[in-house]
This record gives sequence, structure tokens and C-alpha cells, in this order.
Amino acid sequence: MWDTVKLVALGLVALLAAIAANYARDVAYQLHMIMFMVVAAGLFLWTLRRVGEPRAATNEGEYLDGVVRAGVIATAFWGVVGFLAGTWIAFQLAFPQLNFAWAEGYLNFGRLRPLHTSAVIFAFGGNALIATSFYVVQRTSAARLWGGNAAWFVFWGYNFFIVLAATGYLLGVTQSKEYAEPEWYIDLWLTIVWVVYLAVFLGTIIKRKEPHIYVANWFFLAFIVTIAMLHVVNNLAVPVSVFGSKSVQLFAGVQDAMTQWWYGHNAVGFFLTAGFLGMMYYFIPKQAERPVYSYKLSIIHFWALIFLYIWAGPHHLHYTALPDWASTLGMVFSIMLWMPSWGGMINGLMTLSGAWDKLRTDPIIRMMVVSVGFYGMATFEGPMMSIKAVNSLSHYTDWTIGHVHSGALGWNGMITFGALYFLVPRLWNRERLYSLALVSWHFWLATIGIVLYASSMWVTGIMEGLMWREVDAQGYLVNSFADTVAAKFPMYVVRGLGGVLYLSGAIIMCYNLWKTVTSVGARKPVAAAVPAE
Amino acid sequence: MSAKHDPSRQPGDPETTGHEWDGIREFNNPLPAWWLWIFYATIVWALIYTILYPAWPMLTRATPGVLGYSTRAAVAAEIERFERTNEPWFQRLVDTELAEIEADPDLNRFARSAGAAVFRAHCSQCHGAGAAGVQASGFPNLRDDDWLWGGTIEEIHLTITHGIRNETDPDARWSQMPAFGELLEREEIESLVQYVRRISAQPHDAALAEAGAELFLENCASCHGEDGEGNQALGAPTLNDAIWLYGGSEEAIRHTITYSRWGVMPAFAARLREAEIRAVAAYVHQLGGGQ
Repeated sequence: MWDTVKLVALGLVALLAAIAANYARDVAYQLHMIMFMVVAAGLFLWTLRRVGEPRAATNEGEYLDGVVRAGVIATAFWGVVGFLAGTWIAFQLAFPQLNFAWAEGYLNFGRLRPLHTSAVIFAFGGNALIATSFYVVQRTSAARLWGGNAAWFVFWGYNFFIVLAATGYLLGVTQSKEYAEPEWYIDLWLTIVWVVYLAVFLGTIIKRKEPHIYVANWFFLAFIVTIAMLHVVNNLAVPVSVFGSKSVQLFAGVQDAMTQWWYGHNAVGFFLTAGFLGMMYYFIPKQAERPVYSYKLSIIHFWALIFLYIWAGPHHLHYTALPDWASTLGMVFSIMLWMPSWGGMINGLMTLSGAWDKLRTDPIIRMMVVSVGFYGMATFEGPMMSIKAVNSLSHYTDWTIGHVHSGALGWNGMITFGALYFLVPRLWNRERLYSLALVSWHFWLATIGIVLYASSMWVTGIMEGLMWREVDAQGYLVNSFADTVAAKFPMYVVRGLGGVLYLSGAIIMCYNLWKTVTSVGARKPVAAAVPAE
Repeated sequence: MSAKHDPSRQPGDPETTGHEWDGIREFNNPLPAWWLWIFYATIVWALIYTILYPAWPMLTRATPGVLGYSTRAAVAAEIERFERTNEPWFQRLVDTELAEIEADPDLNRFARSAGAAVFRAHCSQCHGAGAAGVQASGFPNLRDDDWLWGGTIEEIHLTITHGIRNETDPDARWSQMPAFGELLEREEIESLVQYVRRISAQPHDAALAEAGAELFLENCASCHGEDGEGNQALGAPTLNDAIWLYGGSEEAIRHTITYSRWGVMPAFAARLREAEIRAVAAYVHQLGGGQ
């Protein structure tokens, strides 16, 4: 019965996609519909061949770890892709000749920039969040993932979304909303995937065998629910044609800008902060083998963070057409957000008290500490930059870019690397990592890379802000825009080098994880997969 | 559960909450006092700030804040302040004959400073921040004395006001070189290329250039002059010197003759006020090549 339903659904999708590809009004839409068709038809045949075959019964007493393993591989893969794209476009900014004439319209900075941001945030970060949330929710609920193979649908569906988005960017499919570039049909697909993700996660929590829900799962759940809301509202649009990629936004003007930055800021708040705090709350106490510092702090800072973050978006639109009152509220909510953000840092760092000696011997702990340190720095810098007086200098400059990257490379990147080093030996049942020395190399390359990146962007951002606002006694601007671009050149080269270091570290990590799986002996068998309640 | 032996506990550790997930426990530590007090302080500060500045949306409008601050009013006041300071200078610029601006040291100092700022904002995109143009790309160098449409301050002022070959201003400077690819044979164009190379004192094929002399007189001399000396009344460039707008290589000259060129410049009459156009004209005139 279930097979029949699946076959009908897959057949319908393949048929509709074929029709849409036939009537397509633009190349990108046609390519995407062909991709939908090929995937649906392939799954149709695969399902058809397996009809009636006996299936191995799922063991409810075992965790579903295959999907986490796939997620770990995807995270490492997309990480390298995203870092490579970022390093490349950093050099494109320093040396415009790298925007090759023959690749114009496909590989120039304008096309690659959203490819880079989406690859690191959604492909690398998203796969890391899905994989770790699936791992953590099973362990801390002592229950197998709910919904059978639905978790696999989430994994493949999400990665299919990433491929659709990335190929779309190169072909010019964009609705021009930062971090929400994919067009309407890709958004609809992500919505389906995300609702299933929510169902799997919530279903697992509901059937948990532990009496309480662990703090990491509060953060993961807040991340999944809020991203669903943000994604749906910010992508409300009317397609120009059901057979074309272009759509028209539902909101216009300053309302559209406000919706976009309500989304954009909370993509940072819930995707890159709440979700990754969920990761932090599991992997730091596990790696440090110490209890979480304060349960009270985790409750208070969770609710304060969730409540305050959602109002802070207007600080992206200071000194624009946005009314003053909205600007004020965005700013004061950002300031109030400072301590709730730091609650996570305190809980992370203080959990290590009593295990500080491990900093000398365990490079993974070192990564996690640096990660939490950058989290604290970025969540202080953010409220500071939201103050209107500071923002009048920092806005539109490279300071913003530096701020984002100290958060993304430092906090999100490092905590993810730490989690991957923690997960791979356990998921592939190896007794240890292949090489701790290589982890140390990765740690130092990444840390120096971040420092080069952040400091060069501070210097160039503040310099550029000062040059832009410099006026002479008559009120005339002193510098032309081209003067500021020329002045930034050395800093752009330093930033690119920082990217090279960070990318090299990630490649070393991939080698290390690969060798861990292939060359390290198996762990001695442990008795029960599901721990006693 | 807290009674159970916990290997992660160390001597002197506080109590845990008694919960445990996959081996993770939680200490029952209180909120750090400094954390809590700074959190309270930011909330108090936020409340005070929202009383002072526009903040809370009401039914028809937002609370204006007791300071009566508005971003737009602040910007308008700043612009107004500079306008008030500069107004007498603008008036003097408009009232003074163009040619006499440079004779008035105070006025000239203002004109050059204002003109330089206008140049950086409106002209540098094509002519370069240093006004040296972009060689061989059709963006003229403004620092030399090789002018297409004349280098007196009046001519420069006219060019800036109306622009070149644009559709928006009926008084725009306008001249058009035919695309000779449709009028001449390939060999004839080749002869012309060599002839232009000859009069600009570059290496050339003497036989072909000789054949091109006649063609030049018939097709080109009416605008560029018999010796290729150019004509500023028509915007026809000088060809017998070493300065090239689109390049003096055989390839570049061949392209120019075959397809013609179509350099445009916008009219600034609608974008800048008269005083600013005069200021930037004075600035360009004094860059080094003014006549």
C-alpha cells in the first residue's frame, strides 16, 4: 500500500516536472525541472524494483546513525566548497582581473558571492545542524529518530535544495534578497523539507524516554520552528508564470526591506546562533566530560535570547527610509540582547572550569574554547555596531563583513569542526582520531586565518567609513569612491590570505577524518546502543 | 539520581540538578551576579532611550520622544548649515564671468575646492580620480592640452552643461563619424590605416600609405583637416600627434575607421546647479591643459 502511494506520488512529480520543463520560459527553470524529473523518475524505478521485496525490520532499540554519517560527509564537503568559493571571491575583489571575460555572467563576483554565502551558511552550516541535531536528539532523548526514513528524506531533500539554489545562482536565478536568494519554486521545496525536519525532530522529542528535554534540544527546536516562520514570510511572492523562475515580491519598498532584514537578522539569530548553541550545549560537556555550568542560566538566557532576537532586525536599516521609531526599537533590543547572548558563552566556558588542563592536551577542546570566545566577541561587537552612532560609521563598510566572518569562521566554523572531530570516531566506530597533531595544525591554521581576516576587515572597514564621511570646510566630500577602493587593496590581499589558511585547515581536517575512517582500528564493542534511562 | 556516583564530578563541585542525558549533568549554579546586573542595566537604558527618542508605535503614529529628535530633520539641518555658508560663494560664482574666476584668488580657491569634490562624485567614474582618463578606452585625459571640443573655460563649461552625443539634451555636442566599413573597400581602409600611421609618425607601409593620401583627402580631411590637425568646432580629434583616444595601433585605427566610435557624456545641467558646473569647469581648466 505504502509502495503504491509512493509510486503514484513519484510518477506524478516526474510527469509534472517533465511538462514544466517542456513549457519552461527560461533555461534555469528548465534545468531545475529536468533535475526534479530525473530524481523523481529514478526513485520511481528504484521503488518499483523493490516492490514486494522483504525489508529488514528496523530495530527501535538502535539509533538511526546512517543519516548522521551522511550529514557529516556533506558538512565536510560543502565546507570545503564554501571556503574555496569565499577565498576565490576574496581574491576577485583584490584582483578584478580574476573576473574572467570568458566566464562573465556565470563566474563573476556577483554570481559567486551568493554561491559562497549560501554554501557556507546553508550547505555547510545547515548540514552540520541537521546532522548534529539528529545525533543529539537521539542520544539525549534515548530514542530512535521518529518517522522511519523521513530523516533520509530531510537529508537528501535539503541537499537537493542546495544544488538547486547553487545552480540557480550561476544561471542568474535570484530574487535579490540577501540569504534568501532562491526563487519561489526552490523556496516551496525547502518548505516541504523543513516541515518534515520539524516533524522528525519533534516526533523524536515526543517519544523520548528521558523525563526532561535537554537544553540543546530547546535551542534546536527554536531554530527549526523560527526558521520555518522566517522562510515562509520573507519568501511570500507571486510567480510571473508557473513555468518560469521569476516572481514578484508580495511586499514593496520599506516594508519589503523590513521583512527582509527581520528574516536576515534572525537567520543569523536562529540559524547561526540558536542552532549552533544547541550543538555547543551537547559537544562541550561531552568533550570536557564535565556537567553544564548552570541550569538556571541556560533557562534564562534561552528565553531572553529567543524573545529579544526577533526584534533586532531594524538595526540593518539605520539611516534609510525606515521610520525612526523602528530604528530605535531595533537598536535597543540589540543592546538588551548582549547579556542573553553572553549567557551561552558563560555556560560554555564555565563548563570547562575544572577541565582547563585539557586545553594543553586536547586540540578539540581548544577549538571549542576558541569558538565560544569568538561567539562572545561577535555578540558584543553586534550590539555595539547596532548603536546608531557606531552604525553611521560602520554601515556598508567591510567592518560588517569582518563582523560576520568572526562569527561565521570563529564561532560556527570552529564549533562545527569540533563536533565533526567528536562525531567521526563514534559514528564509524573507530577507537580514536587518526592524528591529533593534524587537528592541532587545523586549529592553528584556522585561528590565524580568522585573525588575519577579522583584523584586516576592521582596519579597512573603519578606514573606508572615515574616508567616506570626510568633508572639507565647505561641506564637500574629500575622497572619491575609487580612492577608498584603491586604499583597501593591501587589506584585501591579507583577507584573501586568511581565507587560504582557513581553507587549508579544512582540507587537512577532511584528510584526517578520511584516514580515521579508513586506517584506524575499530573500537571495542560496547554492550548497549541505547543507554538506560 | 544525584545519589548515583558521577565520574565527571570533582571534589568541591556544587550540587547538580539531578537530571542526566547521555551522561551530561547540570550544576545548580546561580546566575552570575555581574551578568544579571548588566542585563538589568541594558533594559533600564533601553527604556530610558525609548522615552527620549521616537520609539513606540501607537494607533496613528509612534511616540516622538521627549528630545524631539528626527533623523531627517538632523540631516536637513546639516545640509542647511553648509548651504548657508556656501550661498554667498555660489552667488559670486554665478555672477562672475567664467574667464575672470581665476583672477579672484578667494573665489578661485572656493571654486577649485568645490569643483574637485564635484569632479570626484560625478566625473571620476569615467575620467579617473586623477582626471587622466583611461588610455585607449575612449575616456579622455583632462590633464593635457589636447582637447576634442576646446579647452577654454567657456568651452569646458559648455561641454559639462550639455554633454556629448546624449539624447537628453538638445544642445549636446554632437558629431558623428561614418562607419567606413560600409563605404570603402577593405584595401582602401588598409591604405587609410597606413596613411594615418604615417602622419602620426609611426612605423608604416610606405606604398599603402601613399595610396591612402588621396583617400584621406576625399573622405577624412573635411573633418580632421588636410594634415589631420583635427577640428575642435566639430569635435574631430587631431590625428597627427601621439595622443590617441582609442589607441593608435594598426588594429585600433582599423577598428575606428571601419566601425566608427561613439563616445558619450551625460549633460549635467539637470544634475548640478550652475555654480557647481562653473566650479568644476574652473577645476578642470586648471588641471594643467586649460587654454
